[in-house]
Amino acid sequence: MTNLTSFTIADARDKLAKKEFTALELTNAHIAAMEKAKALNAFITPTPDIARARAKESDARLQAGKAGALEGIPLGIKDLFCTEGVQTTAASHILEGFVPQYESTVSQKLRDAGSVMLGKLNLDEFAMGSSNQTSYFGPVKSPWKAKSLADDLVPGGSSGGSAAAVSGYLAMGATGTDTGGSIRQPAAFCGIVGVKPTYGRCSRWGVVAFASSLDQAGPMTRTVRDAAIMLKVMCGHDAKDSTSALLPVPDFEAALGKGVKGLRIGIPKEYRPDGLNGEVAALWDKGIQWMKDAGATIVDISLPHTSSALPTYYIVAPAEASSNLARYDGVRYGQRVEGKSLDEMYGKTRAAGFGTEVKRRILIGTYVLSAGYYDAYYLKAQKVRALIAKDFTDAFEKVDAILTPTAPTAAFGLNDKQDDPVAMYLNDVFTVPASLAGIPGASVPAGLNSDGLPLGLQVLTKRWDEETLFRVCQVIEDAAQFPFLKVPA
Amino acid sequence: MSYIIKGETGDWEVVIGLEVHAQVISKSKLFSGASAEFGASPNEHVSFIDAGMPGMLPVINERCVEQAVRTGLGLKAKINQRSVFARKNYFYADMPQGYQISQYDQPIVGEGTLILDMPDGATRAIGIERLHLEQDAGKSVHDLSPTKTMIDLNRSGVPLMEIVSKPDLRSPEEAGLYLKKLRSILRYLGTCDGNMEEGSMRCDANVSVRPVGSTDLRTRCEIKNVNSVRFVMMAIEHEAMRHVDVYESGGKIDQETRLYDSNKNETRTMRSKEMAHDYRYFPDPDLLPLEFDDAFVAKIKSTLPELPDDKKARFISAYGLSAYDAGVLVAEQDNALYFEEVANGRDAKLANNWVTSNLFGVLNARNVPITESPVSAKNLGRLLDLIADNTLSTRLAKEAFEIMVETGKDADTVVTERGMKQITDTGAIDAAIDQIIAANADKVEQYRAGKVQLIGWFTGQVMKATQGQAAPALCQELLKKKLEV
Amino acid sequence: MSLDKATIRRVATLARIEVPDAELEATATKLSGILSWIAQLSEVNTDDVLPMSGGTDLKLPWRADVINDGGIVDKVLANAPEAQDGFFSVPKVVE
Ligand SMILES: [Mg+2]
Ligand SMILES: [Zn+2]
Repeated sequence: MTNLTSFTIADARDKLAKKEFTALELTNAHIAAMEKAKALNAFITPTPDIARARAKESDARLQAGKAGALEGIPLGIKDLFCTEGVQTTAASHILEGFVPQYESTVSQKLRDAGSVMLGKLNLDEFAMGSSNQTSYFGPVKSPWKAKSLADDLVPGGSSGGSAAAVSGYLAMGATGTDTGGSIRQPAAFCGIVGVKPTYGRCSRWGVVAFASSLDQAGPMTRTVRDAAIMLKVMCGHDAKDSTSALLPVPDFEAALGKGVKGLRIGIPKEYRPDGLNGEVAALWDKGIQWMKDAGATIVDISLPHTSSALPTYYIVAPAEASSNLARYDGVRYGQRVEGKSLDEMYGKTRAAGFGTEVKRRILIGTYVLSAGYYDAYYLKAQKVRALIAKDFTDAFEKVDAILTPTAPTAAFGLNDKQDDPVAMYLNDVFTVPASLAGIPGASVPAGLNSDGLPLGLQVLTKRWDEETLFRVCQVIEDAAQFPFLKVPA
Repeated sequence: MSYIIKGETGDWEVVIGLEVHAQVISKSKLFSGASAEFGASPNEHVSFIDAGMPGMLPVINERCVEQAVRTGLGLKAKINQRSVFARKNYFYADMPQGYQISQYDQPIVGEGTLILDMPDGATRAIGIERLHLEQDAGKSVHDLSPTKTMIDLNRSGVPLMEIVSKPDLRSPEEAGLYLKKLRSILRYLGTCDGNMEEGSMRCDANVSVRPVGSTDLRTRCEIKNVNSVRFVMMAIEHEAMRHVDVYESGGKIDQETRLYDSNKNETRTMRSKEMAHDYRYFPDPDLLPLEFDDAFVAKIKSTLPELPDDKKARFISAYGLSAYDAGVLVAEQDNALYFEEVANGRDAKLANNWVTSNLFGVLNARNVPITESPVSAKNLGRLLDLIADNTLSTRLAKEAFEIMVETGKDADTVVTERGMKQITDTGAIDAAIDQIIAANADKVEQYRAGKVQLIGWFTGQVMKATQGQAAPALCQELLKKKLEV
Repeated sequence: MSLDKATIRRVATLARIEVPDAELEATATKLSGILSWIAQLSEVNTDDVLPMSGGTDLKLPWRADVINDGGIVDKVLANAPEAQDGFFSVPKVVE
């Protein structure tokens, strides 16, 4: 019998409906896979008991003909989503042992649709990182191996546990969150699909905040169709989030297969800087050819402020984070280090509770907001952000979608010394502009490099136009003949 | 009314600006659905949002927006149809998010005016700088444990309007008048109950001094969270003296936050605020700009009550009251309402006297608001009617009023039950007079010899003989007629 | 853009993160590197550009004034490192 973990969500959905196997069997297969792949460190908190209990409930609903859109589908939840009664850490020591008494809107919607939570997935601490190396609970290993390197590889980040779990067949899909590329970049590194919808599509309520004006949840799956199925469940208006859009949720799955004939696809020249990795550039060219072959028109465009996006992001995101993370003070929840005075308690709690990268960003964020520097840094960044958003608005006058590489390189070694934070930040160079503009973006696996590692192509569309996004992604997926993932025996 | 501090080196003037935190009247909190009511058990009125739990987000309470606009209109202020919520970042045990959601450079209400009613009947306009919406913090309780501070977040997220005056106030008395007038306006508007004891109105006073004649502003100190009008006045007085003393002894004032100790009547540096502050304000990314249109403002405007200043002007012109009397009556909306009901169709000055001296005397003695007055406006009005139609003399009316206060009965009932009708029948009075004249020939003689002040004694005798029910004026008239034959 | 140790100490105090004296130098170096990199933004012409502060151009939604939350003391205190008689407790604060 085929290993049950190898199915797509769409297949499993049909087979569960036809009673070819039960939700409990499907869940047990995934729990077994999780056990076997413990070395990946994809999960911070596995929840096999909850998973089995929910799978049984799913079987009852399937039996009763009351199946939800994701009935019985085993998913992993990034440990940034608060889950009622289940430890939620944001991969930080400061939240170790924190058990929310509430459920995030997105994870609640997934639960209401019948999905089965397998556990809480590892990530970069407070989602700050691009390699999942900043987690207090240890780094995640990618299921992939490079031909030329004996070392383990990073899965990307910050949704590294999500990417590893989905590409390693430990979960059929996973939630991710994307602030500057944290869904798309790990999806590209691990050869899976990752979709960051328009800012405002998915409720942020109950998701541990990193940078409020950028954070957006999205699905990570092995196929474009699965991402469409999962996103439809995850998004929708939430009165508890003031930035949540009061817009109907389109049937993304229905948009698949419409092709790209007649669409205008923009190719931004700024995404091809001198020294762009040759294999990444070649894959991008291949993608352009696939678009042409499928009947789309290729339009050369310019997004002139692209090179300012990263520095802008590294002002805006740390500034918001410095404020968002002020609540971790040891008073009401999480870890506390005692002190003789309240201020000493704060200082010690936060020094011990936060990791190096988080502290670094809090300090930078505090600095750029402080008296005398606000205008030069924060206000300036907000203005440049407006210019970056306008670049996209202007571009979407001429094109329906934009095609770029997702990341400048393939995954790198887990032990590659990344001592220079700025060099690490460059991982997000292609993903950050869309985050700043609030537009939707997706990464689709498009090929392997000569070292046998996956590379992704990124598709961007205008706000609220995820349907076009999915159409383009589907064409890439079909042309690329993915997945190249090692299907478990 | 100029307030001058006589120093050793010369005369000093005090410059005061007030920041008032007024709790918005609403059911729920500014950004959460927890109750904003005062006085629950610890942490009872707390949602996950108010406790600053991870992933929690604010959603604005529409009632609070309305109330802020309403207050702005009441202060004749500029309403900003686009305002921005900003985070004020600082750490404190009762500030769960590590920031207060407030408004910074783009408040919901801009400049306005508040009119002070001076005791001499004059008025003085004080500038309002701004009004903004913000969250209250929780409460730190220090005296429950010797080693610990206890945190109750019931007030965390309670909606406040911070109303900032321009530094236009020049004496502790003016500061007191400002607070009373502001409280009066807020109560008229129904936007804040003005209860300083429960903390629903708190005041920070910014105080500096300067030599009389100087126009530049010197360094100010902020006295935080003073909780009664009297204490605000005392704190300002004390602080101004302190500044003068420091300057005159060659010292310099540091800009700082101070605490007023009402037991010792002194201000002192707040230790917890010692560290240099840098609030790092920035627009709250969880909240988009707050926007509304003309129609929203117009709708609120159409429901505004007549406010104290307008009411006072009307009382002066329509009822012929003095500025002072009108000012006293309009300070509380319920008093003004009561007065108008009594005055309607009657002698307004008489109505004013009865309300402000007789009735207020009773209310003060019993410590009840006018809404719980033992004598209703209708009943007091009827009593005045009985005076007007000569049924009661002023003296009898006062007696009747006392009985009405005690029994709650209406004027007619009291008059009937006690047979208090004033005697206006000339025959009955004449008979009494004749008896008294006959029995006091010596006094009659003295009167006729020129000791006319004895008329008072004769009147008293007649009143006595008629159990006080003779109409006094009529009585005198008849007496004179008989004595001066 | 180079930060000195005093600035790091001030910023760390504002952020309530204890930085041991021995780490000030290294922290200053790292943060200076990041700051000089982000300083390139000063070259972008932003004359007449309105700042973009949120991630969306939607309208701020308003909530009706109803009480539908609170009354969950146990849940609010469930994760408290230290609580007593319904209060959170912290080291004594001196006013
Ligand atoms: Mg103040
Ligand atoms: Zn305030």
